[in-house]
Amino acid sequence: MPQANKLLLLKGINKSYPGVRALIDVDFEVALGEVHALVGVNGAGKSTLIKILSGATRMDGGQITLDGKPLHITSPHRAIDLGISVIYQEFNLVPELSVAENVFLGREPHSAMGFVDYKKVYREVDALLKTLGTTVKSRTKVSSLGVAQQQLVEIARALVVKARIIAMDEPTAALSLQETDRLFSIVRRLKQEGKGLIFISHRMEEIFQIADRVTVLRDGRLVATKRLGEIDRNELVEMILGKKLKKYHSVRETVPGEEVLRVEGLSRKGVLEDINFSVHEGEILGIAGLVGAGKTELARAVVGLDRADGGRVLLRGKPKRFRSPIEAIKAGVVLVPEDRKNLGLILGLSVRDNISLPNLLRFSRGGFINGKQELKAVGDMITNLTVKTTSERQLVKNLSGGNQQKVVLAKWLLRGERVFIFDEPTRGIDVGAKVEIYQLINNLVREGAAIIVISSEFEEILELSDRIIVMHAGRVEGELSRAEATADNMLLLAMGGKHRGEGAPVAVGTSSAGQSGGADR
Amino acid sequence: MKGIKLSKVKAVALNYAILIALALMSIYYAIDARGFPTLENLTNIFNQNSVYIILAVGQTLVILTAGIDLSVGAMLAFSAVVCADVAKHMEGYSYGIIPVVTLVSIALGATLGAFNGAMVTVFKIPPFIATLAMMTMARGMANIYCDARPIGHLPAEFKLIGTASIGGIPVPVFIMAAIAAGLFVVTRYTVFGRYVYAVGGNEEAARLSGVNVNATRFWVYVISGMCAGICGLILASRLGSGDPKLGYMYELVSIAAVVLGGTSLFGGRGSVIGTIYGALFMGVLENGLLLKGISTFYQWVIKGIVILIAVIVDELKRR
Repeated sequence: MPQANKLLLLKGINKSYPGVRALIDVDFEVALGEVHALVGVNGAGKSTLIKILSGATRMDGGQITLDGKPLHITSPHRAIDLGISVIYQEFNLVPELSVAENVFLGREPHSAMGFVDYKKVYREVDALLKTLGTTVKSRTKVSSLGVAQQQLVEIARALVVKARIIAMDEPTAALSLQETDRLFSIVRRLKQEGKGLIFISHRMEEIFQIADRVTVLRDGRLVATKRLGEIDRNELVEMILGKKLKKYHSVRETVPGEEVLRVEGLSRKGVLEDINFSVHEGEILGIAGLVGAGKTELARAVVGLDRADGGRVLLRGKPKRFRSPIEAIKAGVVLVPEDRKNLGLILGLSVRDNISLPNLLRFSRGGFINGKQELKAVGDMITNLTVKTTSERQLVKNLSGGNQQKVVLAKWLLRGERVFIFDEPTRGIDVGAKVEIYQLINNLVREGAAIIVISSEFEEILELSDRIIVMHAGRVEGELSRAEATADNMLLLAMGGKHRGEGAPVAVGTSSAGQSGGADR
Repeated sequence: MKGIKLSKVKAVALNYAILIALALMSIYYAIDARGFPTLENLTNIFNQNSVYIILAVGQTLVILTAGIDLSVGAMLAFSAVVCADVAKHMEGYSYGIIPVVTLVSIALGATLGAFNGAMVTVFKIPPFIATLAMMTMARGMANIYCDARPIGHLPAEFKLIGTASIGGIPVPVFIMAAIAAGLFVVTRYTVFGRYVYAVGGNEEAARLSGVNVNATRFWVYVISGMCAGICGLILASRLGSGDPKLGYMYELVSIAAVVLGGTSLFGGRGSVIGTIYGALFMGVLENGLLLKGISTFYQWVIKGIVILIAVIVDELKRR
């Protein structure tokens, strides 16, 4: 291999945290004009590697060279000066500043007098945004932009500082299909311009779609670096997990019992429109739809987190008006939220504190907690759900994404709840833990729970659901039985199907799904 | 292997940093400062600091919910003048004065604290602002109540609360021990205590877990207010005078003790025990410096430095 086209070279990288060896002799390289995917389960060492590159943390040993010259990345600012930009999942933008101010933050061009030359800033940023093929304007406030547009601002910032290496940490996690497509076309352009791109993702199909090579990490060690032409999906998944993948099939006898939850005509101005559905005992209802279709908003309105303007919710035939999630919980309806780190868990508290939080009244008498009883119940949950934790005193923030989600589940299982709404139950969770979460959901429904699974991943919906409703632009676009449902017809409905209309957040037109029907609403 | 062992030692050292520092400082003073290691002086340290400790443990609960109570010093002053006035009017009722002023101090503190709690929970005013307003209002009311003149010449029975000793141990130390033990139990072993941590750790997640966030936040301000009320009683009784200038800057002393004790100002992490160590550390430091004859102004500077070091140690602990 000629040394010349190796842009970035990492050799023998080591990093330890107290009690954990996060990276052990890891080699990694990115060539000019390459998209290099970095994959592994949570805790495999991807984030640590990226943090070392970005200067957020220092390595204990190893070598980094760019164009054959050794690099000493001592701080995030230094990393950027050296040509390495990292775009994290949580963007580093100042919401109250304009797009241009954000792009040039910390590197504002000065006039001779020392004032910021805003004319120049706005002009340059507008030109840059145009080349990225977006209509976003440099004077717009960042807080008024959507996720995809904010990501563009981050990319623009990387380009302004003349980054040669751009690392993206799960850039598509919050993007719709279309936005992902657009991002990928930008990525391809950057590639042609000779940038080296590092792409972290849990989504196999995207890796095969965009990356040239893939490097797999497991338990802090390098497993392999492969050209994507050389391997198939199963092989990649097996490398990530380090074991043969058992094809997971939910063989479940579905004998739905009586109706548990019924939603009639639920509406919320500008968000939800006349939503109707019902769930039965022992049944999983899948709610599919693209990002922004109103799925999460629907869940929030059902449990009383948001106020509905019209319609009603019936629990076992009786009308219920939940004014807060507390009332919903008391009635036995639990929302397992999408944003588990902010809404599902208290990261700074222990596994035990988190699991017992909604159950404390059961373990207490006169306000005093019966520690023994609590510990036993929590211990049983940890064992039953195989939560991987050193002890029940471990802080939840130290667990992997999959184990965190198990803790969320344990909280509610301990209460013996029977009605669950799962919002994106496996977002950001690695392949191995995903299967376990599916098994848990299936066990629940086998025991007679009524379950709603909300997801933007069609595969997930198909995997779990007995019945599927598809949402688009705040409406239920159609209902499919398990037998009828395919990824294709779900996509068709999710993109507005026959209601190919104006004002829908997802404009049809890039895929075959846009079979017009003309009949506008 | 050795690395892990060392880092473990380091972790333990950081965890008990305040306790170790307290022990080391006490040993140093015991050798160096004449008069420090006597039983009398140790009792004195606890007695002098009982008010700080009571305020600080109450403050701990507030800070655990990611709040703050800036009004404790002013509430203390208001309670002191009211208690003194009540005692004065009850001249002649002998020991009957004691239960009455005790109830008055607690009720007044609870009322002011409830006002704080209502501002924070019902009107969603940030705790910093709500209690800042209470700080100036309570200080004003204390002065209005007594026309800005300290209420003196109080009945002897009233003065017993702050000055009497039982078995050689001053009464304020007993009161302090009871309150500290009580709040220790509340934070460690009750549902309410668990909710306090949950609300401070992540308010939204706590709400979604069925925790009554508003009630929890409301009650921590009531508790802090009650602590301040009792402290007002102790000080008025000890000094034999209800002075509206009492408790000036005590809110900062209490916050410093909480921070020294390792409780995070962002909520959800910390403990009542830590706060007691923190308050004792400040007290022992002050006592030792005093015995060594170091001037107050130098003491202030040293205390400021100590607070900064404590926060740095806390930061290291979290890495």
